[in-house]
Amino acid sequence: MELTLWTYEGPPHVGAMRIAASMEGVHYVLHAPQGDTYADLLFTMIERRGCRPPVTYTTFQARDLGGDTADLVTRTIADAVQRFAPEALLVGESCTAELIQDQPGALAAGMDLGGVPVVSLELPAYSKKENWGAAETFYQLVRALLRPQMPPPGQPRPDPGRWRREGRRPRVNLLGPSLLGFRCRDDVREITRLLASHGIDVSVTAPLGARPADLERLPDADVNVCLTPEVAGTACSWLERSFGMPWVRTVPIGIRATADFLREIHGLLELELPPELVPDAGGACEAERRSQLPWYSRSVDSTYLTGKRVFIFGDASHAIAAARIARHELGFEVVGLGSYSRERAREVRAAAREFGLNALITDDYLAVEAAMAEAAPELVLGTQMERHSAKRLGLPCAVISAPLHVQDVPAHHSPQMGWEGANVIFDAWVHPLMMGLEEHLIGMFRHDFEFVDGHRSHLGEGTASPGTPAAATPPAQTFSTPLQDLSPADAAEALATTVAVAEAFAPAGGAPEWTADGEAELNRIPFFVRGKVRRNTESFARDRGLVAIDAETLYDAKAHFSR
Amino acid sequence: MSVSAPSIPTSLSTPPAPEGHEIVRERGQREVFCGLTSIVWLHRRMPDAFFLVVGSRTCAHLIQSAAGVMIFAEPRFGTAILGERDLAGLADANEELDRLVARLLERRPEIRTLFLVGSCPSEVIKLDLAKAAERLNHAHSGRVMVLSYSGSGIETTFTQGEDAALQAMLPLLPDAAASGDSADQLLIVGTLADAVEERLTGLFRRMGIERVRSLPPRRSTELPAVGPGTRVLLAQPFLSGTARALLDRGAELVSAPFPLGVEGSAAWMEAAAAAFAIPESRVREVLDPLVKRGREALAPHREVLAGKRLFLMPDSQLEIPLARFLHRECGMELVEVGTPYLDRRLMEADLSRLPPATRLSEGQDVDRQLERLRAARPDLVLCGLGLANPLEAEGIATKWSIELVFSPIHGCDQAADLAELFARPLRRRERLQVA
Repeated sequence: MELTLWTYEGPPHVGAMRIAASMEGVHYVLHAPQGDTYADLLFTMIERRGCRPPVTYTTFQARDLGGDTADLVTRTIADAVQRFAPEALLVGESCTAELIQDQPGALAAGMDLGGVPVVSLELPAYSKKENWGAAETFYQLVRALLRPQMPPPGQPRPDPGRWRREGRRPRVNLLGPSLLGFRCRDDVREITRLLASHGIDVSVTAPLGARPADLERLPDADVNVCLTPEVAGTACSWLERSFGMPWVRTVPIGIRATADFLREIHGLLELELPPELVPDAGGACEAERRSQLPWYSRSVDSTYLTGKRVFIFGDASHAIAAARIARHELGFEVVGLGSYSRERAREVRAAAREFGLNALITDDYLAVEAAMAEAAPELVLGTQMERHSAKRLGLPCAVISAPLHVQDVPAHHSPQMGWEGANVIFDAWVHPLMMGLEEHLIGMFRHDFEFVDGHRSHLGEGTASPGTPAAATPPAQTFSTPLQDLSPADAAEALATTVAVAEAFAPAGGAPEWTADGEAELNRIPFFVRGKVRRNTESFARDRGLVAIDAETLYDAKAHFSR
Repeated sequence: MSVSAPSIPTSLSTPPAPEGHEIVRERGQREVFCGLTSIVWLHRRMPDAFFLVVGSRTCAHLIQSAAGVMIFAEPRFGTAILGERDLAGLADANEELDRLVARLLERRPEIRTLFLVGSCPSEVIKLDLAKAAERLNHAHSGRVMVLSYSGSGIETTFTQGEDAALQAMLPLLPDAAASGDSADQLLIVGTLADAVEERLTGLFRRMGIERVRSLPPRRSTELPAVGPGTRVLLAQPFLSGTARALLDRGAELVSAPFPLGVEGSAAWMEAAAAAFAIPESRVREVLDPLVKRGREALAPHREVLAGKRLFLMPDSQLEIPLARFLHRECGMELVEVGTPYLDRRLMEADLSRLPPATRLSEGQDVDRQLERLRAARPDLVLCGLGLANPLEAEGIATKWSIELVFSPIHGCDQAADLAELFARPLRRRERLQVA
């Protein structure tokens, strides 16, 4: 048993629902009690879908358990096939049904369903989670639909350069984009456009928008592009083993990653590399100028971004990409990197080592919050939960990864991938810091008579000065209605947490104490570097065995660190 | 609790369907939350209580999704997620639970009442949480009170979780006779918004009912005594089990429509006053101004709602009193009134105020119900979050039901706000000039 207050990922059958709901012509019969129907709202509310997810639940009750729940399963399957006439049927169970062992998949296999392909899903609810469930479902569905076409063992691999002989443009599949994934809709559009500009066609995008018949066409492509390893990694690797299809492993998020992605795809397709993609001595290439990010990042107004401390947490793909962009493309300093994707912990750990860090692999949001406080970053890049944690700590934050909120499905085109994705990322990450700069200006002009005292900044009541806890922020609104104002107890609770977290900023016991003039001097330093100065000065004082930090100590430390 | 418990509560008694209403009984796919969802408002009501669900990752995901909010501080609910080791018997579930609870109490010293909440998985594997609660009570005696109930979706729907939670608290209610405490009091049962509760309590005092207590209380440890002389007034329509158990403790049940709308709220207060033999003149003195003001406030919303056709999908159990309010006070026509289960005794006063031959449906077969809905093309549908946008996309206006369990909607003073919740989607459609 493990105590969970909040979870980054749902159970594995929610991953299966994501595949079913992303596709057309697929229906999912889920042996599950009525409460499990909550999952529909993930699609109708967060993704704002105008149709119900294609899922029929058996919604068995306690009184059915004494009788024949298996009969309920077969009735539900028969009704769903008749009502929805799917082109492929997924059959599975949620956590509770797993315990009563009706084996809905086996029951479906024994039914005459008029030749609808049936895929039985076994998704262990007590050991696996949502992304694993999505990956497994996608793989099982691809495998079931392609089994009749599998080449016999020992068959030579298809030649990825065969498009040239066949007198056509090269073709790739984009695999992995799905509903409830981060910005998948826009990434598909962006990457499709990008590949077209290099003369490469997209044959099938799946699961998002694909029909079962499209999955049967997957082997027609020359190469698979694994856009979302969390969802399509398993399927890509099976397609390589069974059909000899090579696959692109680079996830094109960021400038360098997009260029690497294009070079990798050109290599696999045996396409001549255009001069604009040929890297110079420093590894950069001309094509990178298709994005504004490089110039925006080099322009003088971005100088203040140098060395900004950034803490990153999300799914493995987005977190790793974000760390590289932050360090190499924006000139930040990565001070924390972690992921809830346990399946890909090894890759995240390897990436963290590039930055001299130990990766945080956890699905406990409080552990992430504590690590965030500990790292004292100036910017947080995370999921919606990190946005809340950052708000509590008075830190600017941008969301880079699922789990998402309705606001992460914007009306405008807002990809993360490709050249335009890099533009979106530059804006999204720098914006909260710009607001921070405004904060600084507010501080500078505080004493001007025109300035109205009590000006509220975007950070709300809180200040970003470590050691001063931000005031409790009210809860986010429900989908529907602003919750009543916080009760005093809730406010106290929020505040208690804030204080507990903020204490992580405070010097530990036995640490040197700040004198009044030291504290006053510290407060003259702009808030967005104050945390760093406080920490550096304290470690400087500790190293020298000082018990008090006065203004002189602060300047000694400043001199020491600027050497 | 064994899993063979009936999943739909039996009525206290079964009077015939009043007014010849047509009753459609359906069994099929239900699109309703389970009782765990009640934790979303119960934990806010009792800030010194913690709700620990013993279940799966699905349970944790359900509660955070249904709440629709990200957690803004450490919440006062959580899930003890069962893992494969627990199911394979490699780990002793009871020892695991003890370890987890000890850690939780260490972390949250302010908790006074801990609810162990059963879920579908814990019920199916027959994890005896009642026994676990007894054992933990013994271990943490004097520090925290541990209770258990089931909010599992195989036994409870959405709002029934509160019914189960209150029933778990009942044994702790002091016996009025034994404690020498007077039980001559009005007991309002069912979670109300704090401000509404204060308002209603104040009005009862003005009428001359001195002792007014609430269940659940705001502090989980300040439980009202109960016994002969206690008049139970239900504020919420989903508390059949709690009502029955209070009767067993010698309390009497005040029969009234539920306090939604001006008429319903006034009748609800009048019934309470009658139970205390408050003189009519005193009742009128307090209520008449409220009724007059309430009706005036309702008028603009009635203009929008009158003559519009309403279809209520089964969800929170509030559907029948809402239908009564929206029909009689707002002039809406009722196409179908769905309810997860029908407790005729508790609903009697509301049912008898519905227009003759109203179509009621009990239980659900969601696809067939949607077929009826599409055929009827109502002007407004009350439904859950899984159905609202899909219906809107078909051009049918909706009002989401979950708002009704979070918003202050009870009492004469809130009647206009309640009507406004239903009028708003229609007003919005009037305003919008896009495709």
